[in-house]
Amino acid sequence: MKIEISRGRVIDPALELDRVTSVYIAEGAIAGVGEPPREWRADRVIDAGGCIVCPGFVDLAARLREPGLEHKATLESELAAAAAGGVTGLACPPDTDPPLDEPGLVEMLKHRARVINLAHVYPVGALTLGLKGETLAEMSELAEAGCIAFSNADAAMPDTQMLYRATQYAATFGHRVWLRPQEPYLAHGGVAHDGEVATRLGLPGIPVFAETIALSTIFALVRETGVQMHLCRLSSAPGVAMVRAAKTDGLPITCDVDVHHLHLSDVDIGWFNPHANLMPPLRSTRDRDALRAGVADGTIDAICSDHSPVDDDGKQVPFGEAEPGATALELLLPLTLKWAREDEVPLIRALGALTSAPASIIGITTATLRKGNAADVCVFDPAHSWTIRPDALRSQGKNTPYLGLELQGRVRCTLLAGHVVHEM
Amino acid sequence: MTTRNPQLNRNGELTHLLTLEGLPAEVITHILDTAEPFVSIAEREVKKVPLLRGKAVFNLFFENSTRTRTTFEIAAKRLSADVINLNIGASSTAKGETLLDTVDNLCAMNADMFVVRHAQSGAPHLIAAHLDAMSRTHVHVVNAGDGRHAHPTQGLLDLYTIRHYKRDFRALTVAIVGDVLHSRVARSLIHGLTTMQTPRVRVIAPRTLIPTRVEALGVEVHTDMREGLRDCDVVVMLRLQSERMRGALLPSAGEYFKQYGLTLDKLALARRDAIVMHPGPMNRGVEIDSPVADGERSVILPQVTFGIAVRMAVLSIVASS
Repeated sequence: MKIEISRGRVIDPALELDRVTSVYIAEGAIAGVGEPPREWRADRVIDAGGCIVCPGFVDLAARLREPGLEHKATLESELAAAAAGGVTGLACPPDTDPPLDEPGLVEMLKHRARVINLAHVYPVGALTLGLKGETLAEMSELAEAGCIAFSNADAAMPDTQMLYRATQYAATFGHRVWLRPQEPYLAHGGVAHDGEVATRLGLPGIPVFAETIALSTIFALVRETGVQMHLCRLSSAPGVAMVRAAKTDGLPITCDVDVHHLHLSDVDIGWFNPHANLMPPLRSTRDRDALRAGVADGTIDAICSDHSPVDDDGKQVPFGEAEPGATALELLLPLTLKWAREDEVPLIRALGALTSAPASIIGITTATLRKGNAADVCVFDPAHSWTIRPDALRSQGKNTPYLGLELQGRVRCTLLAGHVVHEM
Repeated sequence: MTTRNPQLNRNGELTHLLTLEGLPAEVITHILDTAEPFVSIAEREVKKVPLLRGKAVFNLFFENSTRTRTTFEIAAKRLSADVINLNIGASSTAKGETLLDTVDNLCAMNADMFVVRHAQSGAPHLIAAHLDAMSRTHVHVVNAGDGRHAHPTQGLLDLYTIRHYKRDFRALTVAIVGDVLHSRVARSLIHGLTTMQTPRVRVIAPRTLIPTRVEALGVEVHTDMREGLRDCDVVVMLRLQSERMRGALLPSAGEYFKQYGLTLDKLALARRDAIVMHPGPMNRGVEIDSPVADGERSVILPQVTFGIAVRMAVLSIVASS
C-alpha cells in the first residue's frame, strides 16, 4: 500500500522541518518527504490541504485501565481514543489492578495492544511490588517484558531509604525511573491546592512545598545514584524554578506537565466541580503561568494528557470523595494548540513537546518523519472547532472539565505504521 | 466551571441555602427580619404557625449531630411541616448506596426539602446541582453543615444574635477564636460579617489552626489572644474537637487553654460591653472558662433560642421561592 499525504503543512520538530509539501509512505514506512521515490504511484492520496502533517503524538501518561479496571475503560476503547487524538505511542502508568509488577501482566498488555493495533503501548512498570513502596519489583524481568521505565505511579513512597535503594538498583541496570514529586505525608488527605480557594471551600489542601521538598529529595538521589530520572506532572511555580536551576546545573533530568495544568487553576473548581478534581491538584494562576512559561523555554520537556477515564460513579460524589482525573487523549492536541496560540509559541516548538521530546524520554526514535521510519503520522486541522460532548469522545471516560466547551483543532487522520487507524 | 451562585433561582430568590458566601446583604437582612417575629412565637402557648403545612422536610444527616438536627426539627415542626429524621451514617451508605441514590429515593417519597449535614465539603451543592439537573426545582436544600466548608444557619443565627445586642454591624470589631482551620462555623460567620460590612473581623489562634491565606476572606490574623481581643465588641469562641487537643496541631488541652481559653482575665481586654458567643457544645476548661460561659456577658443560651427562629425563617423563605 502506497499512500501520499499531499498539500499539507509538514512539521517535524526532530528534523526542524516546517513547509508545505507531500509525505510519501510505502510498506508502512516513510518513503520520502517532499521528494517522491522513483516511479511513485500512490494507491491512495490523502488531501491534507489546510491541515498540518506531523509525526504521531507520544503521550507520557495515559491510563488504559487494563488489567482489572475494565468497568472504567478497556484497551479497545482507549486505544481508539488515542487514534482519534492523533496519539500513536503512549506510556501507561502501572496503577492498574493488579499493578504492572509482573512480567506476565506486561506481556499480556503488550500482546493485547498489538492485536488491537491502534497505537504503540509502552508500559511503565511498577517500581515496587504492588506499588506498596516496600519491596523492589523485578525490574530487569519487567524490562525484558517491555517496560520502558519504572514508577510508583501516584502511590506514596514515604520511606526515603526505599526510594534511595530503588533508584540505586535501577541505576545499576540503566533502567529509567519516573517519579511524580509529591511528599506523601504533606499531601496526605489533601484534595486541592492549599491556597485561597481551598480555604474558602473548606477543602483539605496539598501545599506547594509537598512538591518542592520531594524535588530536593529526588535531586539528591539523582546526584548520588546517577539514575536516569524523569519527573512526572510538575504542578507549581517553585517546582518549575527548581527544575530550571537543576537543569542549568547539569543534572540529567527530564520533566513533563499534564495539559490541563497549562490552562486551569484552582479557581476552576468553582462550586466544587468534581471534574476539576485532578492529581496533582490544580494550583494557582501564578503556578499555571509558570508551567506555561516552563514548557515554552524548555524547562519542561513534554506535555502529556494524564488521561484518566473515570466513570460517573467516581465523579457524581462530593468533591473530596471524587476520583481524581479526566479523559484527555482526545483533548491533548486542541489544548496544546490553545496554549501555543495564546502564548505565541511557534507550532514546531509546541509539537516538539508532543512528539520528539516525549519520544526521547521513552527512548524511542520513531517520532519523526525521517525516511525509513515507521509511518506513524497525524494529520490535523488546526482551525476545526468542535464542542466537547460525551458522544464526540471515543474514550469510555466522558469526564472532563471541558465538557460543553468549544475547542479548536481536530485530528483528520492518524496512521500507525502506514495503516490508517483513524479518519474523519 | 459555573460561577452562578447555585442557591439563587433565576429570579434571584433564595431556593437553597448552601453558604453565606456571595449571598447579597439584602437577602441576609430579609432572613434576619423574618426571624424576628418567630422568636416571639416560641413564647406563645401554641407554638405553631401553618406556613409549611403539608410539606415534608427530610433531615438528612450523614454525620452525627443531636443539637443541630433537633433545632431544625423544632423549627420545621413549629412551621407545621412533617419532619422525617434520617441518620444515613448508619444505614444506606453503609450498604453501598450513593448519596445521589439516597436523594432520588427520597424524592420518590415526595420530599419537599432536605436539611443536609455531611462530612464532605460541598455535599449539599452536589445535591442541589443534581436536583437542578433532574428538573426538581420545587425541592429545596438547606445546608446544616458540610465538612469544613459552611454552616450557614449557624452563621445566620450568629448574625442575628450580634444584631440583637449590637444593632449596627458597621461599627463592630468581632474576634473569632480557636480552630478556624476545621471550622465551618467560622467560615460562614466570616462571610456573613464581611457581607454586612463589619469593619474589623479578627481570627485568633495558633498558626497550626489558621487556614492558608485566610486573610483573603477579609480577616485580620492574630496569634496573640490578648492583642486580638483588645477593643472587641463580640468574641466568638469555637469548639475544639477532642481529637485535635493532642497531636500535630496542639500539644495538649491544658496548654491550649492557657494560651487561647477565654477567661475573665482575658475578656477584660475586650470592650466592657462585649458579648461572648459559642456555637456549642462547649468544652469548659478547654476553650472557655466556666465563669465566662455562665457570666453576664455570655449570650450562648440566647443563641440557641434565636437559632430556632432563624431556621424557621430560612425554611419558610426557601419554601416560598
